[in-house]
Amino acid sequence: MSPGEPLVQVDDIHTYYGKSHVLHGVSLEVGKGEVVGLLGRNGVGKSTTLKAILGLVRPSRGRVLFEGRPINQLPTHRLVRLGLAYVPEDRRIFPLLTVAENLRTGLDRRGVTAGRKRQLLEKIYEYFPRLAERRGQPGGTLSGGEQQMLAIARAMMLEPKIILLDEPTEGLMPRMVAQISEVIDVLHREDVAVLLVEQNVPLTLAASQRIYILEKGLVRYHAPAAALRVEDAVIHQYLGV
Amino acid sequence: MSFGAENAPHPSASRASPSPRERGEGWGEGQSSDRRALIYWSGFSVVVALLIIAPLVLPEFWRRFLTEILIWGLLAMSSDLLIGYTGMVSFGHSAFFGLGMYGAAAALLWFEPPSLWLAIPCGLIAAAAVAGFVAYFSTRLRDIYFAITTLIFSQIFYVVIFTWTEMTGGENGLTFSRPPLAIPGIISVAFDSRTLHWFVLAVVTLSYLILRRVTQSPFGMVLQSIRENETRTRAIGYPIERYKIVAVMLSGLFAGLAGVLYAIQNRFAAPDFVFFLVSGEVVIFNVLGGIGTLVGPIVGAAFFLLLREGFSRFLTEYYLIPLGLVFIAMVIFVPQGLLGFARRWLNQ
Amino acid sequence: MYIPFDQLLIQTINGVVTGMILALVASGLTLIFGIMDVVNFAHGELFMLGAYVGVIALAATGDFWVALAAASVTIALLGAAIYLTTLRPLLGRDPLTTILATFGVSLVLQNYALWQFGPVARKIQQPFTGQFTLFYLDYPWYRLAIALISAGIIGALWLFLKYGTFGIWIRATTQDRVMAQAMGIPVPWVLMAVFAIGAAMAGASGVLFGPLAGVNPTMGLDWILRAFIVVVVGGMGNLAGSVAAAILISLLEAYASLWVSPAQAVIVSFVVLILTLLFRPTGLFVATPK
Repeated sequence: MSPGEPLVQVDDIHTYYGKSHVLHGVSLEVGKGEVVGLLGRNGVGKSTTLKAILGLVRPSRGRVLFEGRPINQLPTHRLVRLGLAYVPEDRRIFPLLTVAENLRTGLDRRGVTAGRKRQLLEKIYEYFPRLAERRGQPGGTLSGGEQQMLAIARAMMLEPKIILLDEPTEGLMPRMVAQISEVIDVLHREDVAVLLVEQNVPLTLAASQRIYILEKGLVRYHAPAAALRVEDAVIHQYLGV
Repeated sequence: MSFGAENAPHPSASRASPSPRERGEGWGEGQSSDRRALIYWSGFSVVVALLIIAPLVLPEFWRRFLTEILIWGLLAMSSDLLIGYTGMVSFGHSAFFGLGMYGAAAALLWFEPPSLWLAIPCGLIAAAAVAGFVAYFSTRLRDIYFAITTLIFSQIFYVVIFTWTEMTGGENGLTFSRPPLAIPGIISVAFDSRTLHWFVLAVVTLSYLILRRVTQSPFGMVLQSIRENETRTRAIGYPIERYKIVAVMLSGLFAGLAGVLYAIQNRFAAPDFVFFLVSGEVVIFNVLGGIGTLVGPIVGAAFFLLLREGFSRFLTEYYLIPLGLVFIAMVIFVPQGLLGFARRWLNQ
Repeated sequence: MYIPFDQLLIQTINGVVTGMILALVASGLTLIFGIMDVVNFAHGELFMLGAYVGVIALAATGDFWVALAAASVTIALLGAAIYLTTLRPLLGRDPLTTILATFGVSLVLQNYALWQFGPVARKIQQPFTGQFTLFYLDYPWYRLAIALISAGIIGALWLFLKYGTFGIWIRATTQDRVMAQAMGIPVPWVLMAVFAIGAAMAGASGVLFGPLAGVNPTMGLDWILRAFIVVVVGGMGNLAGSVAAAILISLLEAYASLWVSPAQAVIVSFVVLILTLLFRPTGLFVATPK
């Protein structure tokens, strides 16, 4: 990958759900270590875009490039090994696996020494002491907020180059929302790129370097986050009630 | 339950945007449906005419073979009501078939002289009773559990019939003579292979027409809506269990009718026909021919029996090996069955 | 109707022994169902072919344990082949298709065995003869050994699933296949491996059972039915449940055959299934109905 080339590039992808045309040609990119926000109302295709990047949904047209290589045809588990991680909208931690086992699904990879695994685990338990407390508990017994932390921690165990976050603050209490914000900052400091799908506009504007706004399956607006304010007209237009 | 990729919204669908026709905005819809009806009924008449003429030109062996195809076809068609239209996969049809057979056998053995018009209702009653029994227990279950339960019920009846030697002849089954085609007091003529064929053809054709009416009636529409989305149909207020029970009983009735016809044609009843493998074969006929078409299963039965005949000429008794492989290949590559492409068309 | 105590005792032990074999067969079936929603109709045939491989290997080497190992490995490979050719193409589709495909496979395998080996039963010699004295009865050592070996294999499986990376991968894939992929778990390989493991267990059961009743091409039919019942009664995908259900059903059948013929005793298991489906449809041992 040459310098200046984006880490992830989405190029005019179209997807269908049965006969319904969901993404009408979405194009966006995320640079190395960048935090990019993807805003939009419900149902415009934000989650679908993430899934298309990961190969969970196959675009009928268009390409997805990772470090300059097209990854459309790769099976999802191979993609993930390249350096993408996913935190889905409903968290989807493995309910019958313990917290520690959930983390292991990310840790147990080729080329990771036992020592490194211990290091990573310690680090994550430092960031998320609640998870440390509950490490022997089945994931399904955790509260919503704790599950969200576990989902993010699990993704971090993959040591990815980019994490796709789908509405991480949905349904969380303000205290946990703040914690999510902190986690995104930590990721940014560690040079992990983040593609953040959210409905929480202030958090997204604060955390991201650039913003895309999606409507009806197409990118309608693109700007550096610094140039946008919550009360701007464009925000109201695409996100207002 | 949608079989094959046709209706399922699948994430990997990579087609161009739907045509206006697919979106339902056809032009002259009224006109073309009349034309379609015309084509349909012409096709139907041609097929029936061919089947009427067939015994006149075919040698004896193939005459009987054709009749058997029709009988198995009727059995498979009865099962299509459940699989194709209600979305319930039953592995229990061997029980209904077998009980129809034994019911007819009982009538033909107990009553002198053996009467066709007693055999039929006896067989139907036996089948309906079994169907009601099975329906009561299994219709509250979904999908796999329903399939397994009906399979187990087949086996229950198999074991009972196999071991209750005094009543059912046990392992050896029952043999009896074929009743004449008789209208009491007027005429009585023994069946030969031609007249039997025409009789079976008449029964099967009538059954087809009846089942077709049923699937197109309001009742049939509810069944199809159960297949598409059971929860929503229940939410709208339909008493799903009752509809399912009726569907199973209706299906069992026609399966029993097939059993009666088989008994009349072959003059014996045996527990082998109640064994669950027969149910499996019936489902195979359905899938091969195309579920949800009523006619498809008959074609599927024909296809299977012809292949079996062909393979067994070259490979003696191990014909099931290539036949099984063909079946597996069809499940993978042609899941909609031979007539699946015509499904919508056959149902209008 | 007085049943002498020693008969009762023998039937109890018989029930447990058969139950353990049934548990071994059913565990594979329930594991496969849990992870990929496939009802493997061909499982009985894998059991049967395992027994035949045992016969061949025993004739070739004279060593029962080598035969057991050979059968397990061969049937595992057969299982992987079946998965790759017939199940993987069907993965996204309606579960009915896999029932049908595996039913087709079972027909092919049954007739293949008939073709290759003929209908006459073969025999596998017991690895050791001799009986031990229980109270005042003589009971064959071998039967006891079967129960212990089966328990051992199931126990090993359980440990494998609980600890170890692969075990976590299997459990994660069972709970959420899509998310497992999104965690980089090579799900297609995990599925194939699980099918192969389930097949191997069925094959091993065939060899273990061989000395008890002879080996013939239709021996799988009885077992597949009972295995289905066990899997449903125990809770689909529930390993411990299958073991418990297998022993329960085998015990009941064993006791029933004190009064009726074995052919009729099988109705007992049918009745248990129906009662379970009526009152505890997710499984007798599963606490909360979903």
